[in-house]
Amino acid sequence: MHSLTFDIAHMLAGSLVLVSFMLLYQDRLYALLNVYALHAFILALSVAWQAYAQDAPHLYITAAIALVFKAIMIPVVLHRMIVRLGIHREVETVVGIGPTMLLGMGLVALSMVVMLRVTAEADPLAREDLAFALSVVLLGLLMMVTRRNAVSQVVGFMSLENGLVLAATGAKGMPLVVEISVAFSILIAFIVIGIFLFRIRERFDTVDVQAFDSVRGERS
Amino acid sequence: MTFDAVTAVLVIPAVAAMVLAVLPGYRLSASINVAAALLTFLAALSLFFFGRPQPGPYLLVDDLNNVFIVLTTFVGFTTSVFSANYIGHELETGRLTPAVLRFYHAMYQVLMFAMNLALVTNNIGVMWVAIELSTLTTVMMVGVYRTHEALEAAWKYFILGSVGVAFALFGTILVYLAAEPVVGQGLNSMVWTELVVHAAAFEPELLNVAFVFLLLGYGTKVGLVPLHAWLPDAHAEGPTPISAVLSGLLLNVALYALLRFKMLLAANPHALAPGPLMISMGLVSIIFAAFMLYRRRDIKRLFAYSSIEHMGIIVFAFGMGGPLANFAGLLHMTMHSLTKSAIFFAVGDIAQVKGTQKIDDMGGLTETNPVLGWGLVAGVAAIAGLPPLGIFMSEFLVVSSTFARQPLLALPLVLGLLIAVGALFLRLNSIAFGEPHGATAKGKGSYLPMFAHLGLVLTAGVYLPGPLVAWFQNVAKLLG
Repeated sequence: MHSLTFDIAHMLAGSLVLVSFMLLYQDRLYALLNVYALHAFILALSVAWQAYAQDAPHLYITAAIALVFKAIMIPVVLHRMIVRLGIHREVETVVGIGPTMLLGMGLVALSMVVMLRVTAEADPLAREDLAFALSVVLLGLLMMVTRRNAVSQVVGFMSLENGLVLAATGAKGMPLVVEISVAFSILIAFIVIGIFLFRIRERFDTVDVQAFDSVRGERS
Repeated sequence: MTFDAVTAVLVIPAVAAMVLAVLPGYRLSASINVAAALLTFLAALSLFFFGRPQPGPYLLVDDLNNVFIVLTTFVGFTTSVFSANYIGHELETGRLTPAVLRFYHAMYQVLMFAMNLALVTNNIGVMWVAIELSTLTTVMMVGVYRTHEALEAAWKYFILGSVGVAFALFGTILVYLAAEPVVGQGLNSMVWTELVVHAAAFEPELLNVAFVFLLLGYGTKVGLVPLHAWLPDAHAEGPTPISAVLSGLLLNVALYALLRFKMLLAANPHALAPGPLMISMGLVSIIFAAFMLYRRRDIKRLFAYSSIEHMGIIVFAFGMGGPLANFAGLLHMTMHSLTKSAIFFAVGDIAQVKGTQKIDDMGGLTETNPVLGWGLVAGVAAIAGLPPLGIFMSEFLVVSSTFARQPLLALPLVLGLLIAVGALFLRLNSIAFGEPHGATAKGKGSYLPMFAHLGLVLTAGVYLPGPLVAWFQNVAKLLG
């Protein structure tokens, strides 16, 4: 029974890494949002499974929040925002898709090497989870730095946040942080959507962060 | 139940934020803002005199954070006084509207609440939440002018700050994982006082990785090179009171978090020594910022880079460790907070008088606005480390303790300091002296906060009271 528990947790966390890779090669914003919804959905499954495996009912709340807010509400809201603001539908990348994928693989290998080595003593369930979580975090970061649109950077950040939730739920009996970090990820998403995109739209005709570059650095 | 100062430090700003969020009329809000900040400061000060509560699972006051709390609430109070004058002028020129101001005042108190919470909490999870909250509030305040540049700065700060706090959370989770087998599952594994007692038994490799994440995460908020990119923009484009709070306080709060985790690592004999990492990041920050000071054309950016330099010095000092270097680091942090916020008070008034932040459009300030001009000169002399002002003493202590122990490290340190001094005086010369040009309106600001800070810095340089020295020495020993 234990091995089945472990295998399912392993599979779900692994899928999350896989979906993080899928986020990397999307070139349409709508598709990106759909994949992000899938990402959040798998996170919800994974957290729910951890709740079951660790017999920690409060984690079901985290799973529900991930499902309702991250997998459904935020993609829908962002979708509407893209329509209403008439944002470019293409994802503009700084680095090509190919090199990005290669970099992503390197990052996953790196996080496996680092985390599996230092957690040799820890419980295997937490250990694998943590290695996958770090991969998701690093892939989210990679996505943020290789994208130009504000929306896709935000999606990158939210996938990074998902990795953190995975790590926090993988740590057995960790108090407080799960609930609070989820609340914060939602807060962040709302702030981003409500304030930044709206204001950026108010002032400029694009949500492409490159438009900012005209004023980068020193103005003399 | 007796009067509990720790609760007061948290409750006053929280209540004030709610009141300010619903109150119309900026004059009243500004006064309430000042009053709330003053009450918070008094509550923090009472911690010195009336003893302190026992550490619980959530709150902790010890010698280390008591210094930070008093400093934070004091600068918070003087900045609110400065801000009350500053915003009046911003309203006249139409850069801010009354509705935005309501938001601004509420956010100011939320920020104070977040910083105080980060300082008094005993729980590393709550500490993370508080620092994240302080990031979010400052992001919104940096973007409050809603110009192209302000939005760019806020966006940059938001992205870099969020990645920083995300790393810090990952580090926090790793610390919990390291603690869990020893302390047991649940709340206690996140309580700092529990952690530090048991730290020797933690898995050292896990702690090492955790510290690297924490250093990167909170180091972003401290503004260490190469994680500093958000800092100059955020300082330059936000309202000046926020620049003062950012430089004087928020950087310290992130540094405080870093120090707590450094103490955790120091308690484990097998974990890596955090010192060399902090020393190298500190040195890189000092030298990089010193060179960057030369090419600044914007007065607020100039002092933002100077903040990076000084945070580098402080991190360097704490990285060196030992009673003397820690003492110097603490003193330098206190002096830098006071001086830098005083400088930003002056800069805020100057920018309002001149109607610009460009250094090229200012000149002869000591002739047109003598009080302001000489105030700035005094502030820059202090920040550059001229005797007899306080920063001279703390920098002298940092340098001499380094020479005593690692003479080779002292060379780049001194070089960085000298380069920075040269740049600061070069810029000061063109701002304060020479032919007056640019607008010559009279300043309407209040100079009281600025001179209060400078007076304290001067006093500290000439004479440090015995109890304060004893207190700092005690904290320095605590830091190891």
